[in-house]
Amino acid sequence: MKARVHVTLKPGVLDPQGKAIEHSLSDLGFEGIGGVRQGKFIEIELAETDAAKAEAMVEEMCKKLLSNVVIENYSIELEWLKGV
Amino acid sequence: MKSAVIVFPASNCDRDIAVALEKITGTKPHMVWHGDSDLPQVDFIALPGGFSYGDYLRSGAMAARSPIVAEVMRRASAGVSVFGICNGFQVLTEAGLLPGALMRNAGLKFICRDVKLRVENAGTRFTNAYAQDQIITLPVAHHDGNYFADEGTLKALEDNGQVVFRYVDENGEASETGNPNGSQHNIAGIINANGNVLGMMPHPERLIEAELGGSDGRALFDSVLNALESA
Repeated sequence: MKARVHVTLKPGVLDPQGKAIEHSLSDLGFEGIGGVRQGKFIEIELAETDAAKAEAMVEEMCKKLLSNVVIENYSIELEWLKGV
Repeated sequence: MKSAVIVFPASNCDRDIAVALEKITGTKPHMVWHGDSDLPQVDFIALPGGFSYGDYLRSGAMAARSPIVAEVMRRASAGVSVFGICNGFQVLTEAGLLPGALMRNAGLKFICRDVKLRVENAGTRFTNAYAQDQIITLPVAHHDGNYFADEGTLKALEDNGQVVFRYVDENGEASETGNPNGSQHNIAGIINANGNVLGMMPHPERLIEAELGGSDGRALFDSVLNALESA
């Protein structure tokens, strides 16, 4: 099973990198853009075959390491891998 | 005073703090590699500046989960003095020993220069040799020093006198121009509620004698010695 984790800054937490990306996009001529926020994307292959157990384990990973709950939110997607 | 410096892969201010500690306390600190599980019995534990684990994931995130930091956390809860400078401060927030988080500087640039600070609480074991509201100059060198905490946490820090150092301008005011990195409330350093864990972004260990360009950092280490002697 494969887990995909998105880590994003909480709403209200300033994201200067997102702002810089937004400015650069505007400089490149892209119009009508706003609210650019930068986050992280992490993929993890899991030996676990039970979806509920896998989700619980990845949730634990998010709380313990993958995100900083002071400033970040996370979301988890699970996908079955072929032949596993 | 017996002290230890925790050394992580890519720590780069561990020698600076070791030299400062030896000079001021007269005793060489134990240099403890992050992979070691043994931490000698000491009065003072320093987490140095640098880029532990290459700042992977988040600054200080990996170091905060290392076995040696688990031991540092046990010592902290037993009341031992723990002091994190720069990356060490990031490790302390990531480990949950101090509240809040250190984010990318608001201006996105790495900042390496002297800054002015006001000593907001001279009643701690790390600051008793400073005068209350004393203005001091120390260098900063960081990319992720933008202190963030939610409103409730900020209020608690302010109400309890846990904001120990604040960035100020030439007039000694905690203004926007005096704030190098966008930190909320111009926070440069905070202490935990128990008063034994201090984290700060500026580098007192780099300014401990006139030959280095100033000695405003020395009083911090003198304070720790004072506190230990009067204990």
